[in-house]
Amino acid sequence: METIPVEHGFILAGILFCLGLIGVLTRRNVVFVLMSLEIMLNASGLAFIVAAARWGHAEGQVMFLMILTLAAAEVAVGLGLIIQMFRRFQTVDINVLSEMKG
Amino acid sequence: MILVTLIAVLFVGGLACWLSERFNPDLPRLIALLTVLLDFALMFSLLGAEGTSTWVAVFEAPWISRFGISFYLAADGLSVLLLMLTAFLGVVAIGAAWDEVQERPGFFYFNLLWTLAGVVGVFTALDLFLFFFFWEVMLIPMYLIIAIWGHENKNYAAMKFFIFTQVTGMMMLVSILVLAYFHYLQLGSLSFNYHDLLNVSLTGEMGMWVMLGFFISFSTKLPSMPFHSWLPDAHSQAPTAGSVILAGVLLKTGAYGLIRFAVPLFPEASMAFAPVAMTLAAVSILYCAKVAFAQDDIKRLIAYTSVSHMGFVTLGIYAWNEQALQGAVMTMLAHGLSAAALFMLAGGLQHRIHTRNMPDMGGFWPKVPKMTAVAIFFSVAALGMPGLGNFIGEFLALIGAFQANVTLTVVAAFGLILASVYSLWVLQKVFQGEYNNRGFDDSHLTDLSRREMLYFAAMMIGLVWMGLYPQTFLSMSEPVLAQLLSESAQTLVTSLEGGL
Amino acid sequence: MLELIWLLPTFPLLGFLALVLTGGRLPKQIAGPIGAGSIGLSFAVAALVASEFLNSGLEHFTYEAWVWMSVGGFNPGFTFYLDGLSMVMMLIITGVGFLIHLYATGYMSDDPSFARFFSYMNLFVSAMLMLVLGDNLVLLYLGWEGVGLCSYLLIGFWYTNPANGYAARKAFVVTRVGDTSMAIGLFLLFAQLGTLNIQDMLHAAEMQWSVGSGFAVAASLLLLGGAVGKSAQLPLQTWLPDAMAGPTPISALIHAATMVTAGVYLIARTHPLFEMAPSVQLLVALIGLITLLLSGFTAMTQSDIKRILAYSTVSQIGYMFLGLGVGAWSAAIFHLMTHAFFKALLFLASGTVILSLHHEQNIFKMGGLRKALPVSFFSFLIGSLALTAFPYTSGYFSKDEILLGALELEGVGFWFWLGGVVGAFFTGIYTFRLFFIVFFGDSQAEHPPEKEVGGWHMNGPLILLMILALAGGFIHVPLDAVFNHGEAHGEHHVSGLIHGIMIAVPLLGIAISYLFFMSKTFSVEKLMASALAKKLHAFWFGGWGFDTLYNAVLVSPFLFLARVNRKDIIDSFYALIVSVSQAANALIVKSQTGSLRWYALTVAGGLVVMVSLGAIL
Repeated sequence: METIPVEHGFILAGILFCLGLIGVLTRRNVVFVLMSLEIMLNASGLAFIVAAARWGHAEGQVMFLMILTLAAAEVAVGLGLIIQMFRRFQTVDINVLSEMKG
Repeated sequence: MILVTLIAVLFVGGLACWLSERFNPDLPRLIALLTVLLDFALMFSLLGAEGTSTWVAVFEAPWISRFGISFYLAADGLSVLLLMLTAFLGVVAIGAAWDEVQERPGFFYFNLLWTLAGVVGVFTALDLFLFFFFWEVMLIPMYLIIAIWGHENKNYAAMKFFIFTQVTGMMMLVSILVLAYFHYLQLGSLSFNYHDLLNVSLTGEMGMWVMLGFFISFSTKLPSMPFHSWLPDAHSQAPTAGSVILAGVLLKTGAYGLIRFAVPLFPEASMAFAPVAMTLAAVSILYCAKVAFAQDDIKRLIAYTSVSHMGFVTLGIYAWNEQALQGAVMTMLAHGLSAAALFMLAGGLQHRIHTRNMPDMGGFWPKVPKMTAVAIFFSVAALGMPGLGNFIGEFLALIGAFQANVTLTVVAAFGLILASVYSLWVLQKVFQGEYNNRGFDDSHLTDLSRREMLYFAAMMIGLVWMGLYPQTFLSMSEPVLAQLLSESAQTLVTSLEGGL
Repeated sequence: MLELIWLLPTFPLLGFLALVLTGGRLPKQIAGPIGAGSIGLSFAVAALVASEFLNSGLEHFTYEAWVWMSVGGFNPGFTFYLDGLSMVMMLIITGVGFLIHLYATGYMSDDPSFARFFSYMNLFVSAMLMLVLGDNLVLLYLGWEGVGLCSYLLIGFWYTNPANGYAARKAFVVTRVGDTSMAIGLFLLFAQLGTLNIQDMLHAAEMQWSVGSGFAVAASLLLLGGAVGKSAQLPLQTWLPDAMAGPTPISALIHAATMVTAGVYLIARTHPLFEMAPSVQLLVALIGLITLLLSGFTAMTQSDIKRILAYSTVSQIGYMFLGLGVGAWSAAIFHLMTHAFFKALLFLASGTVILSLHHEQNIFKMGGLRKALPVSFFSFLIGSLALTAFPYTSGYFSKDEILLGALELEGVGFWFWLGGVVGAFFTGIYTFRLFFIVFFGDSQAEHPPEKEVGGWHMNGPLILLMILALAGGFIHVPLDAVFNHGEAHGEHHVSGLIHGIMIAVPLLGIAISYLFFMSKTFSVEKLMASALAKKLHAFWFGGWGFDTLYNAVLVSPFLFLARVNRKDIIDSFYALIVSVSQAANALIVKSQTGSLRWYALTVAGGLVVMVSLGAIL
């Protein structure tokens, strides 16, 4: 069986991660920041799966499941916070939302 | 078992005060008073007890056996004396707070009783880990007392108090851990037990550093130069009851620590360090007496005099002979009473006229004759009048210190002159002269009430007793101090032989 | 019977307690009898004990009430020691003290704080008795400090006037300087000899130290420091004239008859120590001589009746020190006793004068009071004669003995004698200057006295003191056992010329005083005309500039230091730590922008840095 080379999987994960990171750094809308964060999480999940497949270990898949759960929980909390933020400040622009300066 | 009861009663009483507040705001003070009185009564059972050694009561239970930590409490004559002082001043402090504390009384008395519990623990703990635990226990409630019920600048003062004691407390913790570790190295097991640690021999530079950890912590609490500067702020901002406990009892834990731990655990390092400690003491006496004289705030003034008087204690401890040590102990007891009384007077004045600024006062004598008489009594006691307790302490400390170091004793003796300068100055500024009212409401300037007189009378009797028949107290601490002296002498001899 | 000695300090102490515990509210009819009566009882006991003691033939008697403290070989007790010396002292204190108390019940009768006054007085007598009866130096020190406290309280008795408070504090602090020296002396004695029991200590000193040894010199010097403080001798004499701010009976009791002579008592009590340090003993004589001359000058220039008497007290104690210094121990104590009589008489009489003139103390606002105030006049006459050592008055015998004692000293003795005689000349001048100005001439009073203040309880003591001042010289003081170790003291053998000089010189002083202030043959104004004389006068009036000197050298620097360092410089070190960490905080705070993107970028950047670092290394 022809297998996809492991490097390809990692490169894809790396590209996804950088895309997510760029999204986090450049987007002003909090919703998109959150989405970009999800992409980064999934990128790392992909890396785990690739690694698991390459070395035939189950831990990688376990970790992916955990990341999945974590991401789900995070999205739930994150969206809830965003709704609260929008209600209080009438905006989701993170440049405006900089209350926590020293 | 009695020792555990002493501590437990205070802890439980404190909780009861807190909980009872919701039923009736007058209930906490009553509960607090009864609790401390009960504790006081229980302490009398320690008086008759006679053990085979100097320890009259011992309680030991395993706690964290893995690390050699046990719940080890024990009391000897020295502890008992200080325990009784603690309970007595506890009663006095509650009396001082009786009318003054109106805001959240339940929580106030909770903190007061827990502080006292911590102090009782400190005076009885013989496991160093446990000792450190109680050391912290008495710190935090005191911080809250200053921070919540204090005066205009309370947050600053409370924070200063906390940081000073906490930072130096950490140094002590490090020293304790190093000591336990050396016990492991030398004797094969970890132990925090006082008696075990006495067998550890830490010499040379290491011993000096570990000893300094203890010394700095204790001399901050005492306080001695140059670690004294938290005290004037803490005292001037604390509510009266806080000042009473602080000056009367908390400072004594520092002196107790020096006598019980710092010197006996490191006799060699302490002997080497003694000239420095005695110099600090002598400088402390003179310097703080001079600064005291310049203060306008009457509570700050008394606070500085406290530092000055505590110098005699350090001087006595590091002279390390029988007269000097007895002098240190007597000074601790007598100063406990006299400083507490002076703070109560200052607090009473502040409660009546809402100022502590002495230039605004003057000529109060005809208005408050009883208060004046009491103030004269305690000022005179503080300046070391023979026949009152402070004299016995200071005289013994000096006569002992003279045998150890002539020059420093002579320097320290000049403190007697300065003491008279500032004591009489306070009397002049507040009570003598023409009646002076610079813009405060004097409608509440009334003489001492019966309740206040009762407290002051009790303290006066205590001081006269100490002054005329100090043997009662001296004979309680005598066997303890004799043993400490002989033990440290033995260690010194052994280490000398080992050196040869 | 001798055991009753413990009652001596107890009665006044009970009186004090009774007056204080009632809050000073007792009416005069009760407070007066308690105050004076307790001293009267004490005197009765003292007389009883004294006669018993003399009859018993004992050299000394010890009564231990209880052990004060016992700490590793240091065990002073509340132990009373009776011998000739302490017997004389206790009789003076209770006897003269009782008369003064009695007088004070009249003098103070208009004062609202009557009971408070007597409470202090009683405490004073109690402490003074402890001082002279204590068999160890610690108990002596208790009395020593106790009398100092009472002196402070009584000088500042009229506390509404800040000047009185100042005088009181000055007295206390200056004597405290001496006390501290004495305390250090006690430490030294204990450290070297292992006991503070006076007799044991003296024996031990004789055993261990040789004459002139360093320890003996140091110990006696330190004790001397205490003595000069309490007895207002050079260089600590400045407090006594100011102490006259107190009520006049206080000046009589504390600042003339008893407390200020405590220093003399101390030196006499520890005289073997001083004999072992001849250089210090010489210093005692020298201090006495200089003090008596300086204060003699000052007394001639004063205008306040009480200050004149105060300086004369300093001067007379100077004679006692001179006596001690030349080894005429008995003579010094004898002079202490006669001085107590005539100086108490003079002070009490001046009290009557002051009260009769509605609290006028300036002698130049008196004058011609001879007729109006007969009792005071006679009191002053007899007191002044005794003070100037007029033949066969009490002062004559005692001063003679001191001067003859000085003459017996080899070498410098003659100069001491000469100085003492010159001092006697001044005494004659200033004493009778006061006497003539106050009682003769024209009345200068703003409020001429209507009648002399008096009554039996004021005049009675005056009359008794007059008798004592006149005849006190014939009292035999049983001091041989104390000072000469049982051998009777030989009579002085001196030529008639010396005797003649000693009688004539004071008379000459009186005569000069007469010519200046009575007959006005010589004029003071002429004498004062030159600028130099004015300067000298001002200098002497201010007590030889000692106050100015101490203010400049000691008080002002202390006040300056105190003021400069009010904020406690050590605290600013901790404040520095605080401000450093606050500044650091302000720096770091800048990086906390609150922008999420910035944080994410730093996290990413940090990651990149760490990964690349890992890759490189």
